[in-house]
Amino acid sequence: MEPQPLIEFRNVTKRFGERTILQDVNFKIYEGEVTTIIGLSGSGKSVTLKHIIGLLTPDDGEILYQGIPIHRMTRQEWNGYIGRISYMFQNNALFDSMTVFENVALPLKHTSRLGRKAIEAKAMARIEQTELTEVARKYPSEISGGMQKRTALARALVTDPQIVLFDEPTTGQDPIRKNAILGMIAEYKKKIGFTAVLISHEIPDVFFISNRILALWDKKIVFEGSPEAMESFNHPFQNEILQSLESLREDITGLYSTRHFKIRYQTELVRRGADDSYAVLIFSFDNMDDVSASAGHHAAQQTLRLLGNYIRKHFGAVGGFSTRQTINEFTTILPFSDIEEARRILEKFAADFRDHGMRDLEESFRREVPSDQCFDFVISVGMAQGKPQVEIESIMELARFDKQPIATFQCGRWR
Amino acid sequence: MAVDQLSESEPIKPGAKEQAALWPAVLNPFGRFGIELNNTLGAMAVFLVRASIQIFRFKQVPEIVHQVYFIGAKSAGIVALVGFFTGMVLGLQLYYVMNKFGAVGFLGTAVSLSLIRELGPVLTAIMITARAGSAMTAEIGIQRISEQIDALITMRIDPLGYLISPRIAAALISFPILTAFFDLIGILGGYLSGVILMGANSGAYTYRVDASVEWLDVRGGFIKSIVFAVLVITICCFQGYFTHMRRDSYGSKSVSLSTTSAVVLSCVMILVADYVVTSFLL
Repeated sequence: MEPQPLIEFRNVTKRFGERTILQDVNFKIYEGEVTTIIGLSGSGKSVTLKHIIGLLTPDDGEILYQGIPIHRMTRQEWNGYIGRISYMFQNNALFDSMTVFENVALPLKHTSRLGRKAIEAKAMARIEQTELTEVARKYPSEISGGMQKRTALARALVTDPQIVLFDEPTTGQDPIRKNAILGMIAEYKKKIGFTAVLISHEIPDVFFISNRILALWDKKIVFEGSPEAMESFNHPFQNEILQSLESLREDITGLYSTRHFKIRYQTELVRRGADDSYAVLIFSFDNMDDVSASAGHHAAQQTLRLLGNYIRKHFGAVGGFSTRQTINEFTTILPFSDIEEARRILEKFAADFRDHGMRDLEESFRREVPSDQCFDFVISVGMAQGKPQVEIESIMELARFDKQPIATFQCGRWR
Repeated sequence: MAVDQLSESEPIKPGAKEQAALWPAVLNPFGRFGIELNNTLGAMAVFLVRASIQIFRFKQVPEIVHQVYFIGAKSAGIVALVGFFTGMVLGLQLYYVMNKFGAVGFLGTAVSLSLIRELGPVLTAIMITARAGSAMTAEIGIQRISEQIDALITMRIDPLGYLISPRIAAALISFPILTAFFDLIGILGGYLSGVILMGANSGAYTYRVDASVEWLDVRGGFIKSIVFAVLVITICCFQGYFTHMRRDSYGSKSVSLSTTSAVVLSCVMILVADYVVTSFLL
């Protein structure tokens, strides 16, 4: 039996004057999931989000929260509903006459019964998590666009909401911060257990943290399902929109997006002879969550980026191609190498990564992470030999089974 | 419909169709304007009432104090300057007029009553409109177009209570005080020009001020300043708050037009209300 959706749109239509933005839109948002709405600019994504929080009302149709139409709620029900939601605006909507700290503390000051010190502590905790401590006393106009975005993020999360609506939370951020913000959303989702509805153009990065994707195209939701299902979605949206939004290479690691990786795999390997073989390597950044929690999302993303760079450097040179498969796992295919050759390349990779990569990371952590923070992580690699007629997923599974640690970082020092 | 019936029942006179179509074309804009005015006034009244009932909350106190500083204390300089020169001009003009009738001894009466009953409340309200009212409209308008007001709604903070109520309270406090300040400085200005510069009798001036100003005059000025406070603050805040609803412009242009409308409308309404209140008080 299908669980009851937390929020449901039923035949929602919205017009601004003569212009119809949403036409009979239907979709469901489930509790505890990250749902991402994708679509071109001006396709009505923000309008959809604003309907959920009541800033806009539909011309036709209805929006239900736990089965209750939100526009027929009593005042008490409405207050309870709106009190559970937080909204991060696309243009941040920060109060320009207030400092960063005052902006973040504002919802607590006016809607909670916390004392001054508790409010200060809670707001400062969010400010630290979003790496804004140094600008806490500055005004929004005195800080960069990226910092303003993070201030809006801190303000959206400061009340520990149950549902958070993020309207393009990563726009204007550099690749590391962009992924750090996505990582933060994923981490908070795990920790606080909130339901997130996200508008993002960051494909494929956003797929790593999303449980469900909603594709808005031509005033309607044309796809509703998992990121994996999105890849085999056969619709003009796929050709016209997804391909224009999706970068060929992922921003943070410079590796292929999952979809482009699959295309390359299809063109290079599927048509080869039955006797040909190739090597598959699976790299994983174990304990990534611990690194995020102890050293910050920035440090975790730096490690991911470094690992991606080293993979590209060593395996790209011999015709290999790689992708980030999940939030902390990479897959590399060496189409012209057998397992022995792959092992030799891997040894060189491991030595270089330990001697130079980990040293660079250690220096960077020393600069950016407080000295009292102690955290461990392991980079592991597994290998398997593939054959064109064997499913890639089963070869990857074999490689995962074979994983061995190649570099270990223990409490501030690499081993 | 009327034109069709006309054509069916009797032969069409030349130009009858055009004439029948002319009246709606002439009257429709008036009708639309009337409906729009009615809607706007209703919306303003609801806006004022909803904001006013949220004044009496303990959390408002710091923001009310802040707004009293902005509307009141920061306007004191310009109000004093205008009051001083208004008083000086009154002293000078009335001295010349009264001198013709040998009534210079009543200069204090003329200056003080003109200021307390009429000029003080009106000019103070106009000066506050120009200095604080316009700033309020622009500030609230920018908050509206940059979605700060929407952000308040999403944070469960009532924008009327947060943005408008403290301003109403501060205006109700500041307008009468600034009006009294204007009157006082104006009387001193009249003394300077009438007595010190033109040579009217100092004792007669102060005695006439003291003897002729009655509680009823002060009360009238006070009532006017309260009425003007409500009008100015409602018009200025309303224009800023609904700047996004303007049909003649968008974005920053709408903020500038709203600010202009707020100042012009406030000044006009101050003068209209002045006449109405005066006619009730007399």
